[in-house]
Amino acid sequence: MLFPSQKKTLGSNRVVVTGAGIVTALGTGWRTNADGFRAGKTAFRPVTLFDVSRQRAKIAAEIDLPENFPATQLSENNFKRLARASKMLLLAAHEAWAQSGWQSEENLPVVLGTTSGEMSLGETYLRQALELPPSQKNQPSRIRHYQVQQQGIDLCNAFGFDGNVTTISNACASGANAIGHAFELIRSGRAEKVLTGGYDALCQLTFAGFDSLQALSPNPCRPFDAQRAGLSLGEGAAILTLENFDSTRKRGAEILGEIIGYGATTDTHHLTQPHPEGNAAFAAMNAACASAKISPEQVNYVNAHGTATPQNDATEAAAINRWIANGASRNLFVSSTKASIGHLLGAAGAVEAAVCLMALREQFLPPQISVNEIDSAVRFQIVREPMEKKFEMALSNSFGFGGANASIIFRRWS
Amino acid sequence: MSRIFIHGLGAVSPGGWNVENLRAAWKENVPLPVQDLPRPGWNKPLQVRNVPPPTSRPAFLAHPRLRRATAVAQYTVAAALEAIGGDAAQIQSGDLRLGIVVCALSGSVNYSRRFYEEVLREPATASPLIFPETVFNSAASHLGAFLGVNAINYTLVGDDGTFLQGLALAANWIAEEKVDACIVVGAEENDWIVSDAIQLFQRKTVHAAGAGAIYLKKNFSDSAAKLVAVTDSFSFTQKQSRVEAARKMRAQLPPCAGNELFSDEKVKTIFGEAFTASAAWRCVLACNAIRRNELSAANVEIVGINQQAIGARFVKAN
Repeated sequence: MLFPSQKKTLGSNRVVVTGAGIVTALGTGWRTNADGFRAGKTAFRPVTLFDVSRQRAKIAAEIDLPENFPATQLSENNFKRLARASKMLLLAAHEAWAQSGWQSEENLPVVLGTTSGEMSLGETYLRQALELPPSQKNQPSRIRHYQVQQQGIDLCNAFGFDGNVTTISNACASGANAIGHAFELIRSGRAEKVLTGGYDALCQLTFAGFDSLQALSPNPCRPFDAQRAGLSLGEGAAILTLENFDSTRKRGAEILGEIIGYGATTDTHHLTQPHPEGNAAFAAMNAACASAKISPEQVNYVNAHGTATPQNDATEAAAINRWIANGASRNLFVSSTKASIGHLLGAAGAVEAAVCLMALREQFLPPQISVNEIDSAVRFQIVREPMEKKFEMALSNSFGFGGANASIIFRRWS
Repeated sequence: MSRIFIHGLGAVSPGGWNVENLRAAWKENVPLPVQDLPRPGWNKPLQVRNVPPPTSRPAFLAHPRLRRATAVAQYTVAAALEAIGGDAAQIQSGDLRLGIVVCALSGSVNYSRRFYEEVLREPATASPLIFPETVFNSAASHLGAFLGVNAINYTLVGDDGTFLQGLALAANWIAEEKVDACIVVGAEENDWIVSDAIQLFQRKTVHAAGAGAIYLKKNFSDSAAKLVAVTDSFSFTQKQSRVEAARKMRAQLPPCAGNELFSDEKVKTIFGEAFTASAAWRCVLACNAIRRNELSAANVEIVGINQQAIGARFVKAN
């Protein structure tokens, strides 16, 4: 039952990560991405997926999907019907699933975050619907695969399991909210394992939307730079297999890291602009610390939301400054990996969670090399060069349109 | 034993802007009139059931966040405020921590379609006023802003059964003391692109718009209904057919005499297909009948359009 939930009788309520799959414009898989983030590589290039010739910005962090995909239980016909976002999601899920050693089972919950799912299919549907003479060719399939629930069902079918599929669409915090919700399902005993993450593919509607707001930078984004000119969009997916520690220990699975805290708040200031003092961001970070039962000074690294828009970075800097005054270490290191792969919208929180796990496991801090002159509002250390660093805890921030704010705290597994 | 009580109900439907209008149309058991909706490129219009204009302009529309909000956001706020009733002041003063869960299948589809048409015409001049309203969580955000709620706020997207997922999520948040109360809304709006898509699968189905809301709290009230159970969500997968999923869902609910009263078929015949809003209306009607002592218990069983089978059981609180 979803309610009242039959709590699993497990000795521990610790939530560990046993699999992580990631696809970004840096490449596919943990190794390629870890190497890329460790070096602070960037992956921006001219947009090829749709026409941007009449827009202010013309670059994004596009993914080159592989020609060959790993085998799953999806039939050839079903695989052929998958569009771009579903394929990214499948790649990330395959890596996480293989790493976790999970087997097909009944009642494995799936919690995903996305802002637009397969919006490119919706765009194609509308363009064809407006054409004359009318044609319904391929339209039913587009509608079926456009809907976000289908992407969750596709994952069930690909790996041969059944489970409750939940999709959270909280704008750019979607991926973080999905992982946070999955974390809470396990910690409260409502689930033993959860497949979770986020995904979003580039599409014309979203690109033109951010361009219309003049939020896109014509050049690769420079988070927390005094001269930052806006965000750069990207695409990708990340999937984590979360599991109760006792369940993991029983089967002797390898543990990649631990999630220890999650905080979610709402900024009611404006639909697209954060409160200037970052009240809700500050509250989300504090709520995550309270959930983790740690104090702010125990966090060594923050993977910032850091979109490089003037408002976001000023607000987030204000929130982190207050957090430092509230006890966080003055030696706190902060970076925004959007400098490498752009803003992945609904996937951002999930991909940045995977980056935190990589950084903790391999003990490095991901730099943002493109920053020239740090904004005067910043009172913490921005990671500007590749850095090997022994550290124990990382916090990831995700803030979205509509005021959805989420923070997640990860701990190194030793 | 569940201690989650239903303290308020709200509805916006083709029957009108409150629960009484919804109930009156359901009692009358006659399909509501349909309206023509022009479909570009076709001579023959589509048919839909719209929400009728309100008898007087709702006061909440004066709020700065709601002036250019989508229809789905307006329905969400109207249904939620009706359900929350007198608790709004306590929520706005911060004395009551409110969680918000808004459920949708097609969300703010009208603005999304309009914005993309603008992009197709000339991307350099597409409206920056419309784009932010296209995100799925804009309705939930506006509701939160109107009530001044800084607590947790989720938008769930999926088929009609998603509304019951939302009820379970809210009940668990309250049970685990994450919030003191929670409002769950299922809301949809009309647009020709949605009606066009429905016609590809079900030619006789009439798309409808509106919202339904349920307000949950922990405190006992003898006028309340109680949420006893929300079943697992059984997904329609290669391994689990729709029929099998529905069977498993029903096996988790105790038998209930009045199931057909709130059947999917009856509600959709009268009001039309409004996905998560239809699911919400069924729950609102069931709880309303319990509050009026017409029933002591009711099951709402949802075998969704393409995702899941899921059910809920409500009983008289005593």
